[in-house]
Amino acid sequence: MTAILAAETNLAELPDDQPWRRALRRLVRRRGAMVGLAVVAFFVVVAIFADHVAPYGPTATDWGAVRKAPSLAHWFGTDEIGRDVLSRVIFGARASLMAGVISVLISLSFGVPIGLLSGYVGGFLDGLLMRIIDAMLACPFLILAIALAAFLGPNLTNAMIAIGISAMPPFVRLTRAQTLSTKVEDYVEAAKAVGNPHLRIVLRHILPNILAPIMVQATLAIAAAIIAEAALSFLGLGQQPPAPSWGSMLNTAKNFLDQAPWMAWWPGLAIFVVVLSFNLLGDGLRDALDPKHK
Amino acid sequence: MLTFLIRRIAIIIPTVFFVSIIVFGLQQLLPGDPALALAGEERDPQVIQFLRHKYHLDEPLPVRYALWAKGVLQGDLGESIRINQPVLDLVLEKLPVTAELAFLALLFSLSIGITSGVISAVKNGTLIDYGANVFALWGLSTPTFWLGFLLIILFSVKLGWLPASGFVPPTENLGRNLATLVMPAFVLGNASAAVLMRHTRSAMLQVMNADYVRTARAKGLDERVVVLKHGLRNALIPVVTLGALEFGTLLSGAVLTEQVFTIPGFGKLIVDAVFNRDYAVVQGVVLCTATSYIVLNLLADIAYFLINPRLRA
Repeated sequence: MTAILAAETNLAELPDDQPWRRALRRLVRRRGAMVGLAVVAFFVVVAIFADHVAPYGPTATDWGAVRKAPSLAHWFGTDEIGRDVLSRVIFGARASLMAGVISVLISLSFGVPIGLLSGYVGGFLDGLLMRIIDAMLACPFLILAIALAAFLGPNLTNAMIAIGISAMPPFVRLTRAQTLSTKVEDYVEAAKAVGNPHLRIVLRHILPNILAPIMVQATLAIAAAIIAEAALSFLGLGQQPPAPSWGSMLNTAKNFLDQAPWMAWWPGLAIFVVVLSFNLLGDGLRDALDPKHK
Repeated sequence: MLTFLIRRIAIIIPTVFFVSIIVFGLQQLLPGDPALALAGEERDPQVIQFLRHKYHLDEPLPVRYALWAKGVLQGDLGESIRINQPVLDLVLEKLPVTAELAFLALLFSLSIGITSGVISAVKNGTLIDYGANVFALWGLSTPTFWLGFLLIILFSVKLGWLPASGFVPPTENLGRNLATLVMPAFVLGNASAAVLMRHTRSAMLQVMNADYVRTARAKGLDERVVVLKHGLRNALIPVVTLGALEFGTLLSGAVLTEQVFTIPGFGKLIVDAVFNRDYAVVQGVVLCTATSYIVLNLLADIAYFLINPRLRA
């Protein structure tokens, strides 16, 4: 909280001249977004330093402590083969956060160029690309991700690819819509008039001006991708045992709900907290970048 | 109306075509020879040759697509390699279970989402509004399968009020049918309720500032009449269409809910098919969900056209 207040004070001293600074100042004023950012940062640090933070190895078994309730020795209890749940939740953060970020990077790296191309070129190509995107949108996100993961083969990499492809259509739609409205702006017309090549116009004059809504969408998409990865791992199509992931931990926990409910509490709570934090951050970013939005 | 319908259906045709390309293309993602993958553990060359011929794997890709599409248009979605039953029969057998679950979930989400959205908008800026927004964030951030576990632990394991799993058809025993579906329907409808709440709130906030609402208030009408008759009726127009689309989302969301509560529906069918490498079933389920989503989208557009007098004018 002190850090947030300090950041707010520093930003208050900045001159009110650049839009991004105004947006940053609005973002810092939103406590929910700052709390979300702090929690996400906490989980990222924990995931990076999991080897040092976790009290036990993620796959270390202790047959003398099978399905033990939370205690001083095992804060989150142990699972069906005596593995420390806290350690697995900590190491599981790696898979979940990595899946969330990489999936969205895949969506962005395909979705943004396709949206730019579709919106800028227009005509037949635009119509064709939009019908393909409509078809992808018609296949529900999770069903398409399951089908892709099934055909590609069950592992974390393929799950990330499946989620990335399934989550791409909204990015194409958003980028296209933004490109359509930006390409008729005076400064783009001026850039065309002085003979700039198309690629330069798109990369230097359109893309930087449409990044704000894409950033908001990306933040919210990370939240959805984390849930999707957990869902695929829960179904056995993501991270494979014994490597930990929050979804696969829940998959195991479903068989022990009556004997060891703590096996389900913690990984689920971790997903909930991280996803909530990304949603808070995304909402805050949207409000900061588009103050007219209610 | 007719022109609107024709135009709308004209857009659907290429979409359905590309959906079929996606579904057909899924099989091309199989690493290596699809016949080997379809044969599973069986490595008998004769079986592989038979599969290659049966699924036209020895034909060029466009020919294979044409043959597959022709079969689909005739209602032939292939055959399940696990239980040797036509995929269409399997889908039609499981669809009513999932449809009932999705329908109950929609009832939950509409009643919770619209009510909280209206209250939140009317009490804009108050603690109640804040609480409703927290509820929406909670709904959007809670993994359905985890919520399912928490409810099972509370209502089945601790209190023993509701069955933790299973399904009883409504024709057999309606009471037990509802008892088995109440938790799954709530779990499934929870995220949709959050989406509907946000949209209702946003639509209500817009409508409550409109001139006709101000006029209604100026006439001295009771606030409840202003909110429900003048506000909600107009705010509901986009929400109703969204509700139709949410039904499509619920059909796909049922995959996880059915897995948690062991309900033998559409979702369980695709998950079982994935693990049995029953690819025709996976393709069939994707095709059917996408088609029903497109049809629901069309119905939502028609409903929007019908209930919005400005579009009809």
